[in-house]
Amino acid sequence: MSMGKALPHDAAPLHVTGQARYIDDLSMANALHLAFGLSTVAHGEITGIDLSAVRSAPGVVAVLSAEDLPDMPDCSPSMHDEPLLAVGTVHYVGQPVFLVVAESHLAARKAARLGKVSYRELPALLTVDAALAADSRFEGGPVIWQKGDASAAIAGAPRLVEGSFEVGGQEHFYLEGQVAAAVPQEGGDMVVHSSTQHPTEVQHKVAHALHLPMSSVRVEVRRMGGGFGGKESQGNALAIACAVAARLTGRPCRMRYDRDDDMVITGKRHDLRILYRAGVDDEGRILGLEFTHLFRCGWSQDLSLPVADRAMLHADNCYHLAHVRIESHRLKTNTCSATAYRGFGGPQGMVGVERVLDHVAFAVGREPLEVRKLNFYREMDAPGGQPPDPRDISGQKMSKGAKEGEVDLSSRGAALPVGSHDLPTDGAVQTTPYHMPVEDFIGHELVAELERTSDYRARKAKIARWNAGSPVLKRGIALTPVKFGISFTLTWLNQAGALVHVYQDGSIALNHGGTEMGQGLFQKVAQVTASVFGLDVGMVKITATDTGKVPNTSATAASSGSDLNGMAAKAAAETIRGRLAEFLAEKHQVKPEAVRFVDGEVKVAGESYDWERVVAWAYQARVSLSSTGYYATPKIVWDRVKGTGRPFFYFAYGAAVTEVVIDRLTGENRILRADLLHDTGTSLNPALDVGQVEGAYVQGAGWLTTEELVWDGKGRLATHAPSTYKIPACSDRPRDFRVALWGRPNREESVGKSKAVGEPPFMLGISALYALSDAVAACGDGSVYPALDAPATAERVLMAVRRVEGV
Amino acid sequence: MDRFTPHRAATQIALNGETAADRRMSVAFLLNGTPVRVEGEAPTRTLLDWLRDTRGLRGTKEGCNEGDCGACTVMVTDAEGSRALNACILFLPQLHGKAVRTVEGISGPKGEMHPVQAAMVSHHGSQCGFCTPGFVVSMAVAHLNGDTGHDDALAGNLCRCTGYAPIVRAAEAAAGEAVPEWMVADRAAVAGFAAGEAGVFRPADSDALAEWYLAHPDAVLVAGATDVGLWVTKQLRELKPVAFLGGVEDLKGIEVRGGQLHVGACVTISALREAVAERLPSFGEMLRRYASVQVRNAATIGGNIANGSPIGDGPPALIALGATLHLRRGDEMRSLPLEAFFLDYRKQDRRPGEFVAGVSFPERAPAFRCYKISKRFDQDISAVCGCFNVTIEAGVVTSARIAFGGMAGVPKRASAAEAALVGKVWTEATVEAAAEAMAGDFAPMTDMRASAGYRMLTAQNLLRRYFHDLNGVGVSVLEVSA
Repeated sequence: MSMGKALPHDAAPLHVTGQARYIDDLSMANALHLAFGLSTVAHGEITGIDLSAVRSAPGVVAVLSAEDLPDMPDCSPSMHDEPLLAVGTVHYVGQPVFLVVAESHLAARKAARLGKVSYRELPALLTVDAALAADSRFEGGPVIWQKGDASAAIAGAPRLVEGSFEVGGQEHFYLEGQVAAAVPQEGGDMVVHSSTQHPTEVQHKVAHALHLPMSSVRVEVRRMGGGFGGKESQGNALAIACAVAARLTGRPCRMRYDRDDDMVITGKRHDLRILYRAGVDDEGRILGLEFTHLFRCGWSQDLSLPVADRAMLHADNCYHLAHVRIESHRLKTNTCSATAYRGFGGPQGMVGVERVLDHVAFAVGREPLEVRKLNFYREMDAPGGQPPDPRDISGQKMSKGAKEGEVDLSSRGAALPVGSHDLPTDGAVQTTPYHMPVEDFIGHELVAELERTSDYRARKAKIARWNAGSPVLKRGIALTPVKFGISFTLTWLNQAGALVHVYQDGSIALNHGGTEMGQGLFQKVAQVTASVFGLDVGMVKITATDTGKVPNTSATAASSGSDLNGMAAKAAAETIRGRLAEFLAEKHQVKPEAVRFVDGEVKVAGESYDWERVVAWAYQARVSLSSTGYYATPKIVWDRVKGTGRPFFYFAYGAAVTEVVIDRLTGENRILRADLLHDTGTSLNPALDVGQVEGAYVQGAGWLTTEELVWDGKGRLATHAPSTYKIPACSDRPRDFRVALWGRPNREESVGKSKAVGEPPFMLGISALYALSDAVAACGDGSVYPALDAPATAERVLMAVRRVEGV
Repeated sequence: MDRFTPHRAATQIALNGETAADRRMSVAFLLNGTPVRVEGEAPTRTLLDWLRDTRGLRGTKEGCNEGDCGACTVMVTDAEGSRALNACILFLPQLHGKAVRTVEGISGPKGEMHPVQAAMVSHHGSQCGFCTPGFVVSMAVAHLNGDTGHDDALAGNLCRCTGYAPIVRAAEAAAGEAVPEWMVADRAAVAGFAAGEAGVFRPADSDALAEWYLAHPDAVLVAGATDVGLWVTKQLRELKPVAFLGGVEDLKGIEVRGGQLHVGACVTISALREAVAERLPSFGEMLRRYASVQVRNAATIGGNIANGSPIGDGPPALIALGATLHLRRGDEMRSLPLEAFFLDYRKQDRRPGEFVAGVSFPERAPAFRCYKISKRFDQDISAVCGCFNVTIEAGVVTSARIAFGGMAGVPKRASAAEAALVGKVWTEATVEAAAEAMAGDFAPMTDMRASAGYRMLTAQNLLRRYFHDLNGVGVSVLEVSA
């Protein structure tokens, strides 16, 4: 059985020897190279463009600006608000204004610096405060979801805990920057190589730009050098630019952003301000809670609406909120357009409610973990009634104003759904703020297990003693849980296709709609496929994602890759296995169910045949050895306008304990130890899953500690290279790093009873922020809450220390 | 549609802006064991571009093009040994006469995996795989050199997927394995390799450099190219003329004379770190955190000083040590206190044709401490770098040298704070008074690394830290473990 084995990444031998090919490594004869000329002001009307020096620069073949493209291609994944090149007005520093086509990458970059663009500067909205004041936003007004009566509950509560919390954004820093190439084909068709998580969207956008049917554009993705959400929509511009230039010149065109350009042009995780008001009792029980999320979305809509939705969907995390109101503002600013990033708003929602729990525990003077547990959802096996039947309440429809055929239905930004239905209420099965019954809550058990294995209590006491004897350095510790909803909230995206071929020699070629960005998706799906046939995974050839093989793919996003594509591949393989079983059953006069596929052999009626032999027979008997497979996630329904339904098939859980030390004189801080326990269901591949959990934790901790994005007063990003933007380095990982999987099967019928693992463990990193908060609190007398903002750089930690010291 | 037609033939275009003079370049080195000669390229063509675009060796990746991510790490071997360097900011002439080994050459001639490669597979050390070739080369170099300080060896390689834990496990697992023979072959091969003339100005000693530079005072002197490299890869500047200082042997010496360390300008930060590790351990620890292995292996102390950056870490440490700078112009040598060299932001007391020849400083300073404050511990630039060197006799401060980076337009002494200390009893009250006085020493700026307020407060607090430190109180978060 290949499924469940801790096999290495399928491409690991290629990675370590330098043989793995990425798009910039592809040989492409006679190719041209592209670079954008970028806006230098945050908001301005273009009053003149002089590109003569660009045109006469060495190696330049063509230069395009808005006047050359009257039918300007659009790059947006949502509402057609992202022209490939600025038309009339620029909306942020770094917006592409013109496109250089040249004989080399360097020649294109050099020429792109020579453009002279003049602007009449307009007032730029750079902050959430400025955007609020100007009422600059996406959607008409804030989205508000509520359950119960938060205002009354807060008014009636013995205590009020309130605050304001700044949470920074995050640069993806995929090691392979954005890159694409387009190769013209006969009859005007186009083949596109794109480092994208969403080949179908690139296909759609390129087809739209070239006025071709989607069938004339084929997009291929063998692998990305990291994605993390940053290649869900942000690669569109490069692919479109290459396709447009390839059509104009008749030559292959390729484009990659230099790192600084990449960081300036592309969107990042949304930063936001979170306002909270909690009514609590003296033990720390939350009686009523109100959140206001102020999201800085940037200049275009991109995926901001579903991102901000998902933040609202995770504003409860593991805590039952009987009376809650969440108000979400999606503010339009003159900055790069914030986009998908691992967790897709979930981390922002979750870090907010964890701030509330941390603050409440401080306010009532109780141990934070006790207060967290006090507010947990009820255990899943608590006695109680049945959850209500899900009904189709989605009523999702296309964006208003978009023309038929223009909407990229496969984008998470595609729809503005409406609908209505009856609301389930809190009964024996508690519901989320969006009225979804929480049927699978394992937080109590999982946290109890981690509390024990991490020795949380004893260490907490030891830290208190150590702090008493250490005047300059202080330690802190925190345990935070994770509950993350699995499914795209745009319901129709929860589908996938696969294509499996068995060749006459018994070898198998696998193709599916998911993309490989390092997460090991290809290996997991290959393991699932091999298992259907009772074969070793080595029999399965993994092939590049290709819109010509499997159409209408959803983005490899929302952690859904293996859930969706694993199921689709399983269905395809089972179809072929069924045909083989029928064929052999007929030969042996038994029922097809009596044919078994194990350990490379096919067993029937006491006989045992080699797999290859059976395949050859079947071929000769004219049995089809190829099949597609298809999967659509069951049970999910969702009305995003009202904020009600069952948007998620299931939840993935986890918890982390982080211990830190800080220096009260400088704010320097360090993670000393992390203990992680994460719910992967029955893991499809424990080695790959541990890799996801460890990597996600470090990335999540980076978001909340060293990774600080700084814009200057003119809207220019000051941290646009790894010299100034600091992702965790090797020594920043916890020196003592203990990771375990909670391997109990998913209660839902997911592939192999596994659970999605791409995003949920990212939020284990939140424990680092609250461990720092605990250490800062140890510098004071318990009267002032640290109110530590994120990222908790040395500077922010020092300012929080000063606050609690009363300086 | 006229403008879309290629208006000149590709072959006629000098894409890199090189001239006929540049095309004299004729650089020879060993590439994965095989001699290669590169001719007709611009002297500022980077090794990375040449490997990928000309040679078709695309295992070496471009992640940042500024020496900060390590995806382009290659192994370079010469008479001094083998070391990891960033190919993205290495100019081809810097490799003249050396041996280069890329990820493709880390595997054996028959495709055998190196032990670090095999361990990276079995310990799940790669996910997306894009940073992996760089990690593999860094790990193979550390493995060859018997270096088991994995965190330091890998500080210059960024990985966004794994969280590093499986990579370090792989490095640990491979540490006990034998070094493959092909990894040691470069050392012998390079010794017998006759590279001939490089076709660029590459002086063999400082006399030749001095004479040439006097005649070409506008030239760019390239030692490690860890900063100059970015002028080319990021600012897209064309540099000419250029002198490559890699062969100036008489500026690579470190000598101890009369209680002073005399360090030649072309001594790398790696070599300097080794020299001060035991003599001045706090300086050594700061140099451990100076950029990354790849950068320290290329960067020189002369470059660090001559560059004049207000946030370079070498100058504040050397100023606090009381270092003397040695400059040469033609046959004329002069020496001055290092702090006097830094006149204003990016303006130094250096005449046309004059270059940094070396620096000397006391080999011992028992109370010398360097504190580097940055957003990230490894491979980051200081927000504030405070260096303290106080002499206390019978409880009284008899001398004080305190210098900071990141607090002004130049590396600068905290004169008022020093004055508040000298002659006083070394007590907390004295330190408090000196910290107050320091407010008059600096008017720092706000930038992406820190606010002015944080810089000032932290600078003052570093003096307080110094007091605790000398009293034996734990002050370093790096020395705490769970």
